Amino acid sequence: MTFEANWKSNPMPFDLLIVDDSAAIRKILQRVLQKAEAPIGNVYEAGDGVEALAVMRAKNVNLVLSDINMPNMDGLQLLTQIRANEEWKTIPVILITTEGSQAKVMEAAHMGATGYVRKPFTPEQINHVLAGLVGSPVGA
Amino acid sequence: MEQLLDTTTVIGMVHTAAHEVLSTMLDMHVEAGEPYHENAPPGSSEGVVSFLGLAGADWAGTGCLRCSSACACQLASRFLMAEYDAVNDDVLDAFAELTNMIIGNFKNDLEHRVGPTGLSLPTVIHGRNFATRSLRTEDWIVVPFRNGDCLLEIKICLQAREKVATVNRYGERQEFILGR
Repeated sequence: MTFEANWKSNPMPFDLLIVDDSAAIRKILQRVLQKAEAPIGNVYEAGDGVEALAVMRAKNVNLVLSDINMPNMDGLQLLTQIRANEEWKTIPVILITTEGSQAKVMEAAHMGATGYVRKPFTPEQINHVLAGLVGSPVGA
Repeated sequence: MEQLLDTTTVIGMVHTAAHEVLSTMLDMHVEAGEPYHENAPPGSSEGVVSFLGLAGADWAGTGCLRCSSACACQLASRFLMAEYDAVNDDVLDAFAELTNMIIGNFKNDLEHRVGPTGLSLPTVIHGRNFATRSLRTEDWIVVPFRNGDCLLEIKICLQAREKVATVNRYGERQEFILGR
């Protein structure tokens, strides 16, 4: 069952994981999500792919927002690990990155990314992506 | 040492990247000032300076942002949607990420012109009476942006590496790139 179908049948707040090596970006996303009217439950943070996998093993995560360029394990490697895991493979993964080349976008889509937001982003762009996932308008 | 791109092109690319990031992420509309060349190390500085390395197959360079401490606080306040009146870790993180985004967007444009380009992690320095200098030739293009009393300068230095042709011990022609 897709995330959207699952959420529509059981519209509970979803728990979200932000993965970015920049504390500033994690903080901005937290603020944007707080202001959104999306049904968001817990918001967890990780500084790279390795930390993200540790959070996912310990917590129930329904959506991942991840940077691509990070130390230790980058966003594309994290995406590969998530898609290879039976338990996590349907979790939506949105990549948020400065990397804007067409080749990188295609690579991300090919590897199973659910969406792609290029930095700089507006709160509306993040809300638009979340709206697409839950199938209804969220936030401004 | 040879410049990779002409000055007018670099200035245009900086304008596009800065306006896009500052207006989108900070909702800040800045006025671009008169660009200039900086050919010698700047004197003693106060405030916040960040550096980000850029590199291609046969060229290398650096992107740099600099402003006063008060301006860095203003930028961070808008960026993180919170009030900062002194430089702290949050302000430095925000300045590093601004550097990453502006020079990262510049790099995306650069890739279309000169091919695959690598980007380093940003380094941020804050203090008083500090001096910075480059080990290579000092030849920066400086583009100032102003919003009220906040002056942000974006500096770019891009240089082709010197190529030297020689003949190796087997009599074959061989080309070296001098990375000095």
